[in-house]
Formats: sequence, structure tokens, C-alpha cells
Amino acid sequence: MLLRHTPKEVIAREGLTINPAKTCQPIGAMYAALGIHGCLPHSHGSQGCCSYHRSTLTRHYKEPVMAATSSFTEGASVFGGQANLLAAIETIFSVYEPDIIAVHSTCLSETIGDDLQQITKKAKDDGKIPEGKYVIYASTPSFVGSHVTGYANMVTGIAEQFAQSTGEKKDQINIIAGWMEPSDMREIKKLAKEFGVKIVLFPDTSDVLDAPQTGKHEFYPKGGTTIEELKSIGDSTASLALGCISAEPAAIALEKKCKVPFETVDMPIGLSATDRFIMSFSQATGVQVPDEITAERGRLVDVMTDMEQYFYGKKVALFGDPDQLIPLTEFLLDLNMKPIHIVSGTPGQRFEKRMKEVLERIPEANFKNGLNADMFLLHQWMKNEPVDLLIGNTYGKYIARDENVPFLRFGFPILDRIGHSYFPNIGYSGSLRLVEKILSAFMDRQDREALEEKFELVM
Amino acid sequence: MKEEIGILEGRQSQVFEKKSGGTEQQDISCEKTSLSGSVSQRACVFCGSRVVLYPVADALHLVHGPIGCAAYTWDIRGAVSSGPELHRLSFSTDLREMDVIYGGEKKLYHSLIELIEKYEPKAAFIYSTCIIGLIGDDIDAVCKKVSKETGIPVLPVHSEGFKGTKKDGYKAACTSLMKLVGTGSTEGISPYSINILGEFNLAGEAWIIREYYEEMGIEVVSTMTGDGRVDAVRRAHGATLNVVQCSGSMTTLAKEMEEKYGIPYMRVSYFGIEDMSKSLYDVAKHFDDRPDIMEAAKKIVSREVAKLYPELQKFKKVLAGKKAAIYVGGAFKTFSLIKALRSIGMSVVLAGSQTGNKDDYERLREMCDEGTIIVDDSNPVELSKFVLEKEADLLIGGVKERPIAYKLGIGFCDHNHERKIPLAGFIGMYNFAKEVYQSVMSPVWQFAPRKGGKI
Repeated sequence: MLLRHTPKEVIAREGLTINPAKTCQPIGAMYAALGIHGCLPHSHGSQGCCSYHRSTLTRHYKEPVMAATSSFTEGASVFGGQANLLAAIETIFSVYEPDIIAVHSTCLSETIGDDLQQITKKAKDDGKIPEGKYVIYASTPSFVGSHVTGYANMVTGIAEQFAQSTGEKKDQINIIAGWMEPSDMREIKKLAKEFGVKIVLFPDTSDVLDAPQTGKHEFYPKGGTTIEELKSIGDSTASLALGCISAEPAAIALEKKCKVPFETVDMPIGLSATDRFIMSFSQATGVQVPDEITAERGRLVDVMTDMEQYFYGKKVALFGDPDQLIPLTEFLLDLNMKPIHIVSGTPGQRFEKRMKEVLERIPEANFKNGLNADMFLLHQWMKNEPVDLLIGNTYGKYIARDENVPFLRFGFPILDRIGHSYFPNIGYSGSLRLVEKILSAFMDRQDREALEEKFELVM
Repeated sequence: MKEEIGILEGRQSQVFEKKSGGTEQQDISCEKTSLSGSVSQRACVFCGSRVVLYPVADALHLVHGPIGCAAYTWDIRGAVSSGPELHRLSFSTDLREMDVIYGGEKKLYHSLIELIEKYEPKAAFIYSTCIIGLIGDDIDAVCKKVSKETGIPVLPVHSEGFKGTKKDGYKAACTSLMKLVGTGSTEGISPYSINILGEFNLAGEAWIIREYYEEMGIEVVSTMTGDGRVDAVRRAHGATLNVVQCSGSMTTLAKEMEEKYGIPYMRVSYFGIEDMSKSLYDVAKHFDDRPDIMEAAKKIVSREVAKLYPELQKFKKVLAGKKAAIYVGGAFKTFSLIKALRSIGMSVVLAGSQTGNKDDYERLREMCDEGTIIVDDSNPVELSKFVLEKEADLLIGGVKERPIAYKLGIGFCDHNHERKIPLAGFIGMYNFAKEVYQSVMSPVWQFAPRKGGKI
């Protein structure tokens, strides 16, 4: 019982976080930057930050993750990190030869007051950025928001700093990906192909963090949104932002800069959210929903029908990031399950507002985000009202084991299973996979624990 | 990517190839901070302190700073405990913008009081992260106050990330441990007793080592810090000898204990038959007034080697002539690995570390074959380049190196946090050989091009 100390009684805590349901901004910025082709993320801070982010992403993807660091020393912390960053930019372009360096800050460089905009401008003025190469940046202080905020900030930086309007509209729409897996981004591109329309998806980590075995270590794998594509987003007819926390800020920035109208939809997880996404996509492009997609939806609903008896009334606890939790909770309700405990470490009022709407049918549900919304609290809630299923990242396994609850891994990071980066979690096919996994979790348990006379062959 | 360059300008002095003759050999430069802009595989001061202290299982480990530092170090090291597991939870003050402006001392104080009340730890370690060094929280004062109010040792660890390399983090950890050493009773400790330092009980390795020493009739007072307990650390000054593995992390503590308590120390390694045997014999020699200890050591070695040797021969037959590249945290480990690899017929074509010092690299140069590349603080571009150039069949490294090896189509062995089976001790040598064999000879390599597409 690793969590044997968790008491049932919930007492207010002052500040203290136990077993966090979030991490800090820079890793999100690093992940977003990996979704640009030929881009080397750069961490402007101590060496450890960069090392930790690379290790965590490597554990999640089982792939090499490349990023550089300013390697702060005591001197830099006293006199400012400008010299480090300027030297870093020079070194990176001459040795690692990326097309783009995407710099993000850290708590250290933010606290000492380094201004990334000013430093990158100086780099440009001093001729340290070769012709045709780019340095973009995002401010990502670790003491504000969470890893999701860092992702949103870098995606916003990408949109703001690349988009151009030529005055001539292009026959394409932008899909701004919220924090999702390479498999999900691949699925979005597949859906767009079925619609037969041109999209610019950014960022796009497919073919970067799910690269095939080639016998070579590609420093810049073949995937990622290209510079050409990113420049063109200002001429697109519209943007669809997938997720109000991780994607919408970039859409707003793009509207401001290039007047590209946008719509924010939930990340297409589950039936209803995918329906809304498909409808918005169809409206934005003026193309009718292709039969193949309608058939895919039909298969999902068919399975939901076939198996409805197994879902009814099952209580669920879940934790993770807002943009995933909102549609996922809605999907559980569509499946006739009861999501009753929901926690996200990411602060912000949008989550609370949307959750209230989604959970209208279950007024007794507990949900909390931001300060002290950690896995310790979730565990306490579960002790007070037990659940049939826990959904969340790998760190949920301690609770699942202690409470003997079936556990579905979903979110970031997943350190002990594969699949999340290869099979989609979004769209109708991703939702079907979720249904399969939830059912398997229930049925595996039943098979494992049922008394012999109740042990069933046909389920 | 420029094929020929690969080595960062300003890094040439941190890489060399062993050639015959040797008079013109340059000195390797090391113990430098990494170049800004390099894709270094190194971590920070906090990381060093955290890995050293982390296995103390009945202590509270509170990370004072923004959430990331606590989140990324949450239970990622398989340092197993035979009892309490408080170390596997993640505690953070999760500093926010207002705390950065107004200071985090209050939050730290309240967090500590709440935690100590809830978990009743034997001691608490408070890790200071980058911005604590900047906003000027007086964590020493808070620790003192809480210690007074709760009656347990509350120890600040000055591990601000930017204040040096991982090695400086080891030192900060040793400073905190040193405050605990000497505060417990030494009553009843045998004159034939040791502390096992620098052994972190990954996959239960400390238990294997402890068993050998206990079989020799030696009392193990404490292991630092694998399967560590606060009370054991407090009475560690009652031991008559410190046996130090992973010298990079724990030599500071051993030296301080020698100075303050007159306890001598020796450097050992538990990897490979040769070094494992030597670490039992050396300890036995230290207690030379008790010949039975040496007898017992000999008995263990001959018993274990008799079991192990025929097994290793099977692996050797297949692995003979294969080449290995080593890139690990501390240089001391590379010495043992070179010997261990030789014992299964493999040669080493690249040997490097993140934090080795001049003496380490000098010794590496002596040990290595001609043509071996020796490198300090390397990066993925260099590693890939050398692995391909030297046609290595295996890379030994840590979490960030594993996928690089696999992408290049060569075998890999994790000799860092993510080892899943013990690699220390005699049984560890068997496990190591098996893991190397299984990876190098895996049928998976036949399905795609490998070694840069050459094969």
C-alpha cells in the first residue's frame, strides 16, 4: 500500500501539493516545438530543465528527443542570460543546423527578467541568425499555469511569429491542435483527406515522435509542420482550434494578426465532441461529411449499443488536462456512466465553467482544478465514494493498485505502456478504441475476480 | 547536419582518441560547464541532490519551487525499500507568481508542518530549486524553526539548479547527510562494521551486497542511501570503515566522516567479477586481525564464480569480438564496465561520462585499447557519429541514450535509473551478460537497415 498514508477525511491544505496532476510550462513548449519541421527546441535556463523534459518525453514516446539548453551558471543568473542565449543561437545554427530554433523560458530566466523578444531581436541585428533561418520564442514561466499553458504559449508564438497575410486567401483551413498525441494528429490529417480538403495542421508531431526504424538517428525527423505551411496560415479562410485551453490562444492571436476567423471546438474525444468537430469542419470547408466518416460514426454507435448494459451506472474518477477531461467526461456520460471525481492541476476558470455545463446531469460530481487539485485529493474523494474505473496518466497506478480499481491510462505522461502515440484517441475510431479499452478493463477484472460459478464464457 | 563536424566548436578538447606512442597525447579537459546551445545529456545540481537523497525511504522529501522539479523526479528511480515508501510520493510547494514576488517562506513553513503531522517522517529534506536562490527565501531559518517545533531533523539541501553541475548536487546532498550522521547512538555496534556508501538499491542491489558482507561476518551499520533509514544514517559514525561505490556522489561524505570521526574509507565497485571480488577482499584485508573474514570472502567468491563462470562462457562464445560504447554519468562506472565487457569477450570503442575528472580520464586512457574514443559531457550528435564510425554493437547509457541506440539499430543496456534487474554483485554480472546478449543478438535487428543503413 504505497499510498497507505492517504486519509479519508479531506482537510484544507495551505499551499502544499501532494502527487501533482500537472507539471510545468516549459515541457509543453518543448513538445509543441517538436511539431515544427526542422525545429530544435531550446530551453533558456539551467541544464536540468532541458534534461528532465527530454527524459520525460523520451519515457512517454520511447523516441529520441532533441533540445538544446542555455546551460545557466551562477554568472548568468546574476548578470542575465542574454550572453548565454546569444552564444547558444550561434552554436546551434553552426553545429546542429536547424531551420528554426524555438526558445522557451524557464522560472529562472523569467525571474531574472530576461526578455526573449529583445534578445532574439538582438541576435537578428547582430547577424547571428543566418538567412532563411528563424528564431521564435515563447515566455513560459514555470510558476504560472501548467504544462498545458506552456504548450498553448508556444503554439501562440508559432502562429504569431510565422503567419503572414499576402492579401490573397488560400483555399485551406487551419487546424490548431490542442495537446494531443502524434497518432491523433495523424487521424486529423486522415479525416481531412477523406473530406478532400487542404488543411494546415499545427503543430504536428506525427512522423517526429513516432518515427519508423531506419537504422539512422534523424536529428530532424521527416514530420512536423513546414515553414511554408506556417507562413501560409495567415491566408487560410478559417481556423479551427481544438481545445479552449491549449489551442484557442493561438487562434485568437492569428485572428488579431491576420484576421483569420476562428471557431473553438472541444478536442474530438468521444461521440458528441467528434460530432461537433466534424460538423464545424464541414461548415468551415463547405464540404459535406463523406460517407466513410458517417459509417465510422455508425460503427462507434453500434458498439455503444451492443455493449450498453456494461456501462450503465459505472462510476469513474479521472484526472489530467482540461482539454481532454471536458470531452472525455461528456463521452462517459454518453456511455451512461457516472464520472463523479475529476481533478486537473491546470488552473483557469474555463475548466470550471465547461465542467459545470457537462456535468449538469450529475450535480453530486466533485471536480476541482488548480491549487491543491492533485492526486492526493482525488484519492481522498475515491475513499469517500469508491469508483469502478480510474482514468488518467501513469501516476494513477498507485491509486488503482491500492484501491483495486480498473485503470485506463490516458493523458500525459504514460511511462509504462505503449499505444497512445500509435493508435488515435480522438475521432470516431479513437473513441471506439476508448470504448474497447474501458470494456476490457471491466471484463478483465470480472474474469480475474469472479467466483467460479459466476465465471462466464460469453460476455 | 555536417557529417564531418559533429563535435561542437569549443568541445574538441573534451574528446580524444587513444593512439599509440602517447607522448603527443593532449590532456582531456573536463569538469567544465556545458557550452550554451549544446544538446547536453547532463542534468543540474538539484538532480544530483535528488538522486542521492531520494532512496532514504522514511524521510520526507519536499521540493521547494515551481511544480516541475517535483513532477519530473517523482518515483522515476527504482530505488527499492524493504519497509516505508514515503520517498516514492511527490511533495511540492508548487510556487506561483505571487510566491515568487512575495517569497515562499510561509508556504514552505505551512507545507512542512502539514506534512510532518500527516506522515510522521523521521526527518525531512527540503530541496531548494533555481528560483529559491533568486527570491532569497531563507530556507535554513524555516528548517530550523520547523525542526524546533516538530522535534525531527529538518535539513535544507542547497541544490539550486544553476549553481554548478550534478556533482555539486552530490556535495549538497552529502552536506545534509553529514548533519544527520553523529546524532544517533552507536551502542552495540561491532568493531567489524561498515557503511555502504554510494549504493542506491536500484532493483535491490544493496540487498545483494549487504548479504555478502554480512556473510563475511561484518555488520552493515547503514547503506547510503539505498533502502536508507534516517536512524541508520544517524548512527553511521559508529562503523569502523566506509566502503564507497559511485565515488562521484559519496566521496565527499566519506572524507568528511574520516576527518570528523576518523573513519577510513575505500573505493569499491560491485560491477563485474573482478571488481566485485576485489571489493570483498579489500574489506576483508582491512579487518586483517580476523582471518576468518578473509576466509569467508574467499568462500563467497569461489562459490559464486564457480556458478557464474560456465554461464558467462556461453555468452562469451556468442559475444566475442562485439564492440561496445559506454556513456554513463560517473567515470568510475566505466572502469568496471570495461572489465566486465572484456570478461564476456567484448571490446570498448567509446568510453565517456557526464561528470568525470582529470584523474578518471587518465585512468580510462590507461585502461582502454588503442583507437578507443574517450569523451566528456557528450551529446547525441557525437554519440551517434562515434557509434557509427567505430561500428559499435552495443551502447550502455541511460534513458536519453536508449532510443538513439535503437534507432541506429544496435543493442542497448541501461546502466542508470532504469535498470530493471540488479546489475551489481555476482548475480548482477550474470544479469548484465544476459541483458547484453539478449539485446545485441535480438532477432529484431534483421527487420530493418541498421548502423546508419550500412547493414
